[in-house]
Amino acid sequence: MSLSANDKAIVKALWAKISPKAGDVGNEALSRMLYVYPQTKTYFSHWSDLTPGSAPVRKHGKKIIAGIGLAVEKIDDLFSGLLTLSELHAFQLRVDPANFRILSHNILVVLAMLFPDDFTPEAHLAMDKFLARVALALSDKYR
Amino acid sequence: MVEWTDFERTTIQNIFSKMNYDLVGQQALARCLIVYPWTQRYFGNFGNLYNAAAIMGNPMVAAHGKVVLHGLDRAVKNMDNIKAEYAELSVLHSEKLHVDPDNFKLLGDCLTVVCAAQLGAAFTPEVQAAFQKFLAVVISSLQRQYH
Repeated sequence: MSLSANDKAIVKALWAKISPKAGDVGNEALSRMLYVYPQTKTYFSHWSDLTPGSAPVRKHGKKIIAGIGLAVEKIDDLFSGLLTLSELHAFQLRVDPANFRILSHNILVVLAMLFPDDFTPEAHLAMDKFLARVALALSDKYR
Repeated sequence: MVEWTDFERTTIQNIFSKMNYDLVGQQALARCLIVYPWTQRYFGNFGNLYNAAAIMGNPMVAAHGKVVLHGLDRAVKNMDNIKAEYAELSVLHSEKLHVDPDNFKLLGDCLTVVCAAQLGAAFTPEVQAAFQKFLAVVISSLQRQYH
């Protein structure tokens, strides 16, 4: 399910809109993932506090959203653009790729929550496709 | 037997008592047909589903969205026995409608997104967890009679 020119345009436009609140999006999405899908907490057992909105969660939410921002920039070539991140996830973090879908779902929920007027069905479609491609690029180096 | 906490029960009852079933039904189903276009396979006689605008304005989609939400209402009113309440519906979806059960999750996700948009900040992680647990039970019950 590759990205059309229209999908890319929609993703870029939506991202420009949400950028000012990127930190909130990251925090909310990560908080929800950890709370609603508790099995994801297993990757963060080294954190002091895994409750929604805690300091480690906020900090990491920002990091993740910055990664997605990078993906938006590299939207025309996700596989080479996200190469370093893919190697990180494959060889060091070793996050089971099934979790990428879980995080993506929570990002979409948060976008709907924070930007109900902008997160139209078309935007939802484009973002869902985009996040699926990002997940694919991130898992590229796994095996 | 599904165990519901007081918070989960109250949350589900609250969400659905305040919900505009007609609106949410139409929005969730339309979104599903737009975001996951392969789901259109079940609606061959719905007329114009060629693009997002057509789907959003399609009266048959709106009418069917309403049917789906009223079906969901039965689970809301019978939270302690959704399995039994949905036995016939499950047979219907399997034997008559021939719906791939994976689609239930897709519609469920769209319902979650629409609910999040409606509730905004009130859709806290705790509320989301309760809502998604409810949908998971509904989906499991709808899949139960498939063979």
